[in-house]
Amino acid sequence: MSTINISFTLNGSPTSLEIDPAARLLDTLRYQLSLTGTKEGCGEGECGACTVYLDSLPVNSCLIPTYQVRDRSVETIESLDPAALEAFERCGATQCGACTPGVVMTAWWIHRHAELLRTHTIRELMAGNLCRCTGYDGIIDSVREALGEGGRV
Amino acid sequence: MRRREALAKLTGREQYVDDLPLDGFLWGMTVRSPAPRGRVTGVRLGTDVDWSQCVLVDHRDILGPNVVALIEEDQPVLAAGYVRHVHEPVMLVAHASREAARRAVRSIEVTVAAEPTALDFRAAPTREQIQYGTDNVLKHLKIEKGDVDRALARAPVVVSGTYETGAQEHVYLETQGMIAYLEAGVLVVKGSMQCPYYVLKALQHALARDETQVRVIQTPTGGGFGGKEEFPSHIALHAALLALKSGRPVKLIYDRGEDMAATTKRHPALVRHRTGLSRDGRLLAQDIEVVIDGGAYVTLSPVVLSRAIIHAAGPYACDHVRITGRAMFTNAVPFGAFRGFGAPQTQFAGERHMDVIARTLAVDPVELRRVNLLKDGQTTATGQVIQDGTDRLAVMERALELSRYREKKVEHAAFNATHDERRRGMGLATFYHGAGFTGGGEVALQSRLRVAGRADGGVEVLSANIEMGQGTLTVFTELAAARLGLEPDDVTIAEADTSRVPNSGPTVASRTTMIVGGLVERAADDLRRRVGLDSSARGPTVKQAIRRWHVDHPGEPLYGEAAYEKPPGITWDDKAYRGDAYGAFAWATYVAEVEVDLRTCATRVLDFTAVQEVGKVLNPTLARGQVQGGVVQGIGWALMEDCKWQDGAMANNQLTNYLIPTSDDVPAIRVAFLENPYPYGAGGAKGLGELPIDGPAPAIVNAVAAATGADAREIPLTPERLMELVDGPSEVGAQHAAPLP
Repeated sequence: MSTINISFTLNGSPTSLEIDPAARLLDTLRYQLSLTGTKEGCGEGECGACTVYLDSLPVNSCLIPTYQVRDRSVETIESLDPAALEAFERCGATQCGACTPGVVMTAWWIHRHAELLRTHTIRELMAGNLCRCTGYDGIIDSVREALGEGGRV
Repeated sequence: MRRREALAKLTGREQYVDDLPLDGFLWGMTVRSPAPRGRVTGVRLGTDVDWSQCVLVDHRDILGPNVVALIEEDQPVLAAGYVRHVHEPVMLVAHASREAARRAVRSIEVTVAAEPTALDFRAAPTREQIQYGTDNVLKHLKIEKGDVDRALARAPVVVSGTYETGAQEHVYLETQGMIAYLEAGVLVVKGSMQCPYYVLKALQHALARDETQVRVIQTPTGGGFGGKEEFPSHIALHAALLALKSGRPVKLIYDRGEDMAATTKRHPALVRHRTGLSRDGRLLAQDIEVVIDGGAYVTLSPVVLSRAIIHAAGPYACDHVRITGRAMFTNAVPFGAFRGFGAPQTQFAGERHMDVIARTLAVDPVELRRVNLLKDGQTTATGQVIQDGTDRLAVMERALELSRYREKKVEHAAFNATHDERRRGMGLATFYHGAGFTGGGEVALQSRLRVAGRADGGVEVLSANIEMGQGTLTVFTELAAARLGLEPDDVTIAEADTSRVPNSGPTVASRTTMIVGGLVERAADDLRRRVGLDSSARGPTVKQAIRRWHVDHPGEPLYGEAAYEKPPGITWDDKAYRGDAYGAFAWATYVAEVEVDLRTCATRVLDFTAVQEVGKVLNPTLARGQVQGGVVQGIGWALMEDCKWQDGAMANNQLTNYLIPTSDDVPAIRVAFLENPYPYGAGGAKGLGELPIDGPAPAIVNAVAAATGADAREIPLTPERLMELVDGPSEVGAQHAAPLP
């Protein structure tokens, strides 16, 4: 199998890798770099469990060929500060945890872009992350708490 | 107390089976039947694969009996020359590269000489379709109370109705998976599961290994909902067979498509009601027929049927009840355990039927329920005397109040009169759920549990009950800490490893907190006794005594133990199907407010209220989360989760076209608990996990009927189905309602 070499920024650090040209970013992160915090839920961009940031935008890493991140910046759940997640712990945002890293990545992106709440509700913004355990209330409440009182539900 | 493992899950540090480091392993894959029934006439390996690099396993590699041990021993580990459903496992492949293993599976062609199939569980089988017994009936059960025929003949009014519920896919976010390897001659199998001892039993049986040669370890489990009750035994066996043959560790993880296509789902059901009533709506006779689709093997269908019929008459008093149940063999992928376990199907039918009765008699749906709800001293269909002191009318009243049911009905009348294209309505469901195994089931399980005293004075809970998101780790910690007066940090919960933990039974049937939690408390008491303390000793005294015991007994293990004991006064006759079906029931009333868009016939749930009496609530955040999650799963089952079938297999096995609710599809779920502590449940708790899936579907469909007048009797009530009811099967409607290509 022929491989290709790519360089990119991973969680703030310059990274260089030999990859299978057909590899998905999700598999490169999980199986090649052992960053298993990013989960696979559906493999077709429906559930959001594999959400990472690509150049600061949330994307489904199961739909991104790894070669496309060449010279770009990738951030995963491992880059987040656990201290920032207190509201999520308190409000019941996680049950089984399989959707959770993706949920947290989207929630944190909303937190970074609070201006979105002028045009969208938290429920709309979180709709790309499927959760089968919580019924979403624990997640929505956590995001609202983390945002302070500003978040519209 | 906050969820113990919350931070590990929030930060992605929690390691699920596919996250565990594993050296030098092979990827396992499954070759499946393309046909629903017939003799396997050939297995051809393609020429495009280097087979010397693959490990192949078929039924001839199985050392013991080729069956996955469960209730009956009818389901093979790997088909031995004959298949009974599409996707039945025929062969296994392993390769160091996942992509190469996938190519190998695609390159293997299984040919089957097709035979006639039974695919409609509602239709009587023809002679050539019969494949189980003389009539394809996997299980027949009957409950009889009083004289139904006589009571029906004398009843002033008889109301009949037929109701249907569809299959439901679990969609736990972590797909199923196992790893297997040999460690000093011991076969170790780790993975996502609810019942480590079920997996152990299945491995021992089919691989002809004794308990000392097999060890099963549960890994953090990303959702189960029943889907990881019986099915993981199959994957464990497959991974183990490949590991034994190759001598290498094997990882077998289903992708979403395979998981949805090949694993179990909620049993589809058909329920017929014939109800005799007085003119003012008192129930005089209930004649109920329940038929469920079991699929191609027995699996758990007999016990699902049991719970289905026991819950079929609803939480109502009626002197004359007959409930007959049949689980049918079909050539469908076998159906299995799913949260609620038969009760959601029959309670959908029962609670929708209550509204059909109300409309027929022109009585208020609330009044109809009020006059019939069980009062203390009255009996259920099995003759169980209810005397728990719960005020079931207060549960209903609280739900009506919190949902503003009566005010909303007035508002909706005005809204509907002034809107051409939108209709709003309210609907309710009043229901119950029995916790723990049915009848003598808990006695048969003989659950055992240990609480170990650690050398540092803390304690460790050793149980086979697992965390899958519902909160076992947190609740067991709270129970042990409260019992001994310790801090939560003094308590650890052992990994569910069958070489270390006793068999405290499966993590199913809303039994973990109520029943196994009780064993945690009693094993803690026993530990305290063993270190020479009486039951008043708490906190530092207990820790100190445990530490001292270890100093006095160096190297010896210190355990407190408890085994299940039946609460007093419980009797069950399994032959007559009479008696105390459950130690306790949880009671609930749910109210839904919906809006239907008459142009698209899409239904939106605007508001949802869930009020329940579940004994003492041990952890409010966890309990609320269970209810909210169960309600949203129920909203999905009621309105959108539509399995499309081809040859008895799911055709829409993708999250792209099998839709589950997103955050934007559902409202905030309002939850309230009424607490009436159950004396024989841990900390006064009753089972809770399954109750919330029973109520949403009937409440929502009743609300849609109230909004639109559409007499819906089948779920999922998709826009296509509702359009046929609202518009009739007109040309336009028919086009809209066309099945998927």
